[in-house]
Amino acid sequence: MDILDQSIHELHQRLKSKEISSVETARAMLARIESVEPQIGSFITVTPEQALADAEAADRRIAAGQMDVLTGIPLALKDIFLTEGIRTTCGSRILDNFVPPYSATSWEKLKERGVVLLGKLNQDEFAMGSSNESSAYGTVRNPWDTDRIPGGSSGGSAAAVAARQATATLGTDTGGSIRQPASHCGCVGLKPTYGRVSRYGVIAYASSLDQVGPLTRDVTDSAIMLGALAGHDPKDSTSVNTPVPDYSAALTGTIKGLRIGLPREYFIEGLDPDVHKAMDAAIESYRRLGAEFVDISLPHTDYAVATYYLIATAEASSNLARYDGVRFGHRAEGAAGLLDMYTKSRSEGFGAEVKRRIMLGTYALSSGYYDAYYVKAQKVRTLIMQDFICAFEAVDVILTPVAPTPAFKIGEKVADPLQMYLSDIFTIPVNLAGTCAMSIPAGISASGLPIGLQLIGKPFGEETILRAAHAFEQATEWHTRKAVI
Amino acid sequence: MRFQPVIGLEVHVQLKTSTKIFCGCSTSFGSQPNSQTCPVCLGLPGALPVLNKKVVEFAIKAGLSTNCSITPRSVFARKNYFYPDLPKGYQISQFEDPICQHGWLDIDVNGETKRIGITRIHMEEDAGKLVHGDVSGLEEGSGVDLNRACTPLLEVVSEPDLRSSDEAVSYLKQLHQIVTWLGICDGNMEEGSFRCDANVSVMPVGSATLGTRAEIKNVNSFKFVKQAIEYEIQRQIELIEDGGTVVQETRLFDPNSGKTRSMRGKEEAHDYRYFPDPDLVPLVIDEAWVERTRHGLPELPEQRRQRFMTDFALSDYDAGVLTASRELADYFESCVSLDVNAKSVSNWVMGEITRSLNDSGTSIAQCPVTPPLLVGLLKLIDGGTISGKIAKTVFDEMWRSGKDPAVIVEEQGLVQVSDSGAIEAIIDEILTREAGQVEEYRSGKDKLFGFFVGQVMKASKGKANPAVVNELLLGKLKGR
Repeated sequence: MDILDQSIHELHQRLKSKEISSVETARAMLARIESVEPQIGSFITVTPEQALADAEAADRRIAAGQMDVLTGIPLALKDIFLTEGIRTTCGSRILDNFVPPYSATSWEKLKERGVVLLGKLNQDEFAMGSSNESSAYGTVRNPWDTDRIPGGSSGGSAAAVAARQATATLGTDTGGSIRQPASHCGCVGLKPTYGRVSRYGVIAYASSLDQVGPLTRDVTDSAIMLGALAGHDPKDSTSVNTPVPDYSAALTGTIKGLRIGLPREYFIEGLDPDVHKAMDAAIESYRRLGAEFVDISLPHTDYAVATYYLIATAEASSNLARYDGVRFGHRAEGAAGLLDMYTKSRSEGFGAEVKRRIMLGTYALSSGYYDAYYVKAQKVRTLIMQDFICAFEAVDVILTPVAPTPAFKIGEKVADPLQMYLSDIFTIPVNLAGTCAMSIPAGISASGLPIGLQLIGKPFGEETILRAAHAFEQATEWHTRKAVI
Repeated sequence: MRFQPVIGLEVHVQLKTSTKIFCGCSTSFGSQPNSQTCPVCLGLPGALPVLNKKVVEFAIKAGLSTNCSITPRSVFARKNYFYPDLPKGYQISQFEDPICQHGWLDIDVNGETKRIGITRIHMEEDAGKLVHGDVSGLEEGSGVDLNRACTPLLEVVSEPDLRSSDEAVSYLKQLHQIVTWLGICDGNMEEGSFRCDANVSVMPVGSATLGTRAEIKNVNSFKFVKQAIEYEIQRQIELIEDGGTVVQETRLFDPNSGKTRSMRGKEEAHDYRYFPDPDLVPLVIDEAWVERTRHGLPELPEQRRQRFMTDFALSDYDAGVLTASRELADYFESCVSLDVNAKSVSNWVMGEITRSLNDSGTSIAQCPVTPPLLVGLLKLIDGGTISGKIAKTVFDEMWRSGKDPAVIVEEQGLVQVSDSGAIEAIIDEILTREAGQVEEYRSGKDKLFGFFVGQVMKASKGKANPAVVNELLLGKLKGR
């Protein structure tokens, strides 16, 4: 048995039977992090002391018989989650020195369950990116091919799972930031319905789109993690107060009669042939499992990327105004007055992509342009939501590719932001609609890269997509494939 | 050419909630800088606002009391600008769908009633404040104190219906009375709990087109509002008469010079880039909530004034004075409820009580002469135990010691003398002493009657019953 390869539920059994201890597990993970970090770069901050202290506490809990499925499990968090007393950078130079005085609700919830924190993961700066190349802390490399990007913005979260540097990780998804890197790194990534998981203490990129979710080795772990994260938080007015179901119980293994929609707008010319092939094979697998397929249309799909880049950047331009060098974060030296301090601090602290999005968003909200851009985008967003509502009248789940291509080469799209933005074309509509979706491994390209399959569910329909994903996982072997590193 | 001033007011009302509008921090003042703060009001990364329901209740109260309609679905918006006292780089306010709209207040203009429109009332958070120089242990430079950040405000925006500084002050006073009456604002203008920006323009009399307006900030008392508006009207008229044009700008009132000066012009005006705050869901207020609040409203000053006039036969003026504040009106009514003549209560409250309160700087709530004590005094007068004149002496002692009036009268031997024998003896003595004056009176100088009354009262140390004195004196002088 290799500790590094274990899923949460497998590791839980071994911790429970005292076959291994949490401290041993943590040590193994820390050693693994140390050995592969030079090749991958998924961590911004490793927290070995914290990890060992957490593991010791977990072992005491296990010894006392107060064990939970997550007790003693080594996890790592995207550096967008505030962790009290532990530096939180959000991948930005502007927060290089920021040690938060409080913790995110999602992290608090996991801590209560007795998890072990290995460290904080690399990401695109302020979660703005699809390749992890916009981080101020170096590009993360894809463990399947280190010349390639791991996806973004939760690139460190996906790479750490794929490189077996953590049993599971947390990411955030604003336009595909969990699903797209999960797809590129061959792990399971879940973006819950907007409002299902608290955003309190998660650094905001685009508040109406951001959502917290897990990246895991398999679907069972995804269900376990969602169960731990979901629920109403009185500190987040947008978190929804609906009961949290037993997600693990939803994994029945049978999907007979499940109606799966195939949106014609997602199976387009230009889709990578390997991705297309993987989708066809997945459809065949589902057919054998007893699913029924329905051709559907999501007619406003073409407008999703443009809509997203208006709404997300508008919200970001305002969300990022607080990084002004006054109370925390980077403050430029030698500024001549207030305006100069703002300008210098922000010019030095933010990277190019963040600046680009602040400017786009500021423009979209400006007097004289607001109606033409922001208001129009909100109207289109409503149409996109309605597309999904209509579609879900006829189907239970929608199946699509996660990304048009497998992971691309580092540097390939840096010079062409528009090409970069289009790599999220299949994931963005889900965020605009506010519903849930997940990415599961569904193939390997001719060049040996993982290919992900996206299952989109109704709002608060996580149980259904988890069941469908689990059935597929039971019938295929893609999730057992590992990056060789 | 003659000019017509046009004025609209934007009033910021700080709400008297115990916690802030979007977090649980205390709104109390005078604490150490930045001690009343948390991740939310500090604008830390990841922090999110949660609306304080009390603020909504207060806003509904204010709206209903100013004849506004309550918006069933109102929206919070972000007002974006950079300043060190604004932690998030935006203020959470309301823009397109404020909580209250289309209200009005009736004000009194030279005895006539004039209706002033209220465009809107919206909720928003206050900013923090900057501390400059050698304050609060700061050696140099400027510091930011965020204790005030996120305290709840209402902004009440009037229509440009006001036509003079007096109308503006009258409107402002009435609004001030309502919010303090409702108990939603402490009304302290010096501390900025009730502050006002004035939009002022002038146009030729008879014109239908409004002139360009200037917005005057920082007017923190009724006196300054009057002063600032009058100065600004005059400045604009002189400017136009000299061939200039008024420019749209923000001007700052300087209370020391009584003048306004330009702060920023239109071209430097901020583009606030308002948009709905995605961190707060739209605020839905159902009819039941509005009705519940309506039923919980106290009787408002205007209603109470009308009732005082009908129930207690008070004059318009007296009823107005007695309803100037809710506490004063309550005081009056507590007295009246103790079965005593309303008119004499009114006279005493508006006279001795008000004077003593003003002289000592006491509020009616702290008045040492409580309603039962005052009524006790009035009953001594009505029952003829003491005269009105002696009552004033007794009142002064009550104010000092808080003692029961009957006890004071007893201790100091102030019981009125009504025994005609005793009074007759004093009168006889006076008439003998002042024989010359008696002669003059009898030869037709009627005015001297008061002199004799005065002498008798003085000789009795004020204790003689004036009615008895009058009757006996008249009889004696007329030679009966």
